[in-house]
Amino acid sequence: MTEPMVRIASVRKRFGALDVLKGVSLSVPERGVVCVVGPSGSGKSTLLRCVNRLETIDAGRIWVDGELIGFREQDGRLHPLPPRDLYRQRAKIGMVFQRFHLFPHRTALENVAEGPVTVRRMPRRQALALAADLLDRVGLADRSHHYPAQLSGGQQQRVAIARCLAMEPKVMLFDEPTSALDPELVQEVLAVMRDLAERGMTMIVVTHEMSFARDVGDHLVFMDDGAIVEQGVPREVLAAPRHERTRAFLGQVR
Amino acid sequence: MSSLDEELPVVAVRSVRPGRWLAAAVAALFLAWLAYTIVVSPNLHWDIVVANQFDHRILRGLWVTIALTVVSMTFGVLLGVLTAVMQLSSNVVLRAAASLYTWFFRGTPLLVQLIFWFNFALVFPQIGIGLPFGGPKLIEWQTNALITPFVAGLLGLTINEGAYMSEIVRAGINAVDPGQREAAEALGMSHAQVLRRVVLPQAMRVIIPPTGNQFISMLKTTSMVSVIAGADLLTVAQHIYLDNFEVIALLIVASVWYLLLTTIASVGQHFVEKRFNRGHDGRTRLSHRIGRNLLPFPRRERIA
Repeated sequence: MTEPMVRIASVRKRFGALDVLKGVSLSVPERGVVCVVGPSGSGKSTLLRCVNRLETIDAGRIWVDGELIGFREQDGRLHPLPPRDLYRQRAKIGMVFQRFHLFPHRTALENVAEGPVTVRRMPRRQALALAADLLDRVGLADRSHHYPAQLSGGQQQRVAIARCLAMEPKVMLFDEPTSALDPELVQEVLAVMRDLAERGMTMIVVTHEMSFARDVGDHLVFMDDGAIVEQGVPREVLAAPRHERTRAFLGQVR
Repeated sequence: MSSLDEELPVVAVRSVRPGRWLAAAVAALFLAWLAYTIVVSPNLHWDIVVANQFDHRILRGLWVTIALTVVSMTFGVLLGVLTAVMQLSSNVVLRAAASLYTWFFRGTPLLVQLIFWFNFALVFPQIGIGLPFGGPKLIEWQTNALITPFVAGLLGLTINEGAYMSEIVRAGINAVDPGQREAAEALGMSHAQVLRRVVLPQAMRVIIPPTGNQFISMLKTTSMVSVIAGADLLTVAQHIYLDNFEVIALLIVASVWYLLLTTIASVGQHFVEKRFNRGHDGRTRLSHRIGRNLLPFPRRERIA
């Protein structure tokens, strides 16, 4: 069996007195699309943020592409990685945020070129050409010179996805990518994500879009209260949830 | 029913406001009287003003004022950025050092600080490079030779300005959405890159307007170095009127230059603010609006 692209093992995370993650384990194979659903406060977003170490885990391990994230293991102990290694690890993990977080002082094109220029040290000309290609790919070639404030939410999120792609990530994390969008703009973002999945991108998607989870996801995870309650083939979990809490949640979102 | 609305003619008559006219007339009359008094007053020697406006000593003082302002603002801003970053760091010692600095230099009068720097030799007669805590010195200077009035003025103004600027910069950095920092970190940017490429450029929008005010204020604050014979515009004006007793005329000469400098600075401020408002004024960049089709990347048709 090949090594999974992302392996999360018994991860715990606590904010003060609050146990946000109570030992979560999850594997995502290369080219896999895992959708994570669950009520707000269940720890879905925190789990994603632990994977690229925007949050530091309190216990457990996370490997991405075979590399232990955030720590170095030596003599049975975990030592935090120096910042330089952390930056390198983050560069190969893309993250798309609920509220886009495009850089407002840069055009769409500059937003996408920012990572390649600053982090990958790509010559500016080459980075801009790459950015233009990626904007084209998400259907926004004609918006390259617009600032984020001049774009709709759906367009901003597509630029944000292109900005991630410019880093050529091994895996992409989506933190409720369509939750801040007007209903009529959701589909254009989902279409781009579907295209990514078809091209073989490894993805972890925290979402409330059950149809996306069913049609595009390979694996569905239901989280509640800091733990994975149920997981399996999306179609089966959605059609016949085994657990009472899953049933209650799915009953509400439908 | 809409046709009914269209048939009704509407004539809007501007309301008459006699109070407004009266107030304007009073103000205009007052200004006219003031101008008349000033121009004809036998005590305001306009001929002396004109004779001294471009006096070479005045121009040299003007140059010192400009130099003091530009240099102390430049280093004051850098010091302010450094202090603000220290204040926002997670390192307790750095934070405490930064707080101590702003507390002390905002809490004591600038005049006191200027006089202190001017008399620095009383505390440290020699300045040297070597080991601290009384260790051997590699090289040593007489303080009095180093701290000229200009240097003392520069030190006082810069260090004082840095304390105020740090608060302005801190407010600007805090005004940037934390999500921006996260998005930049998620791309793999280092701490310094996040600050330089993402946080500071956005903080600038908040920092620039008060910094412009600080600059304009600094143009005039430099006049305080006259207490340590700083050779600036006001010092020079004072020297001249101590000779010829034309106090008011020379104060007018100096004021005309101060007004000119602050006016130029205000115009500059306007353009700098516009530059840093990119992405917030609802327009594409001018060059792109003009030459969108001349860019190296051809426009493509949408696919999705």
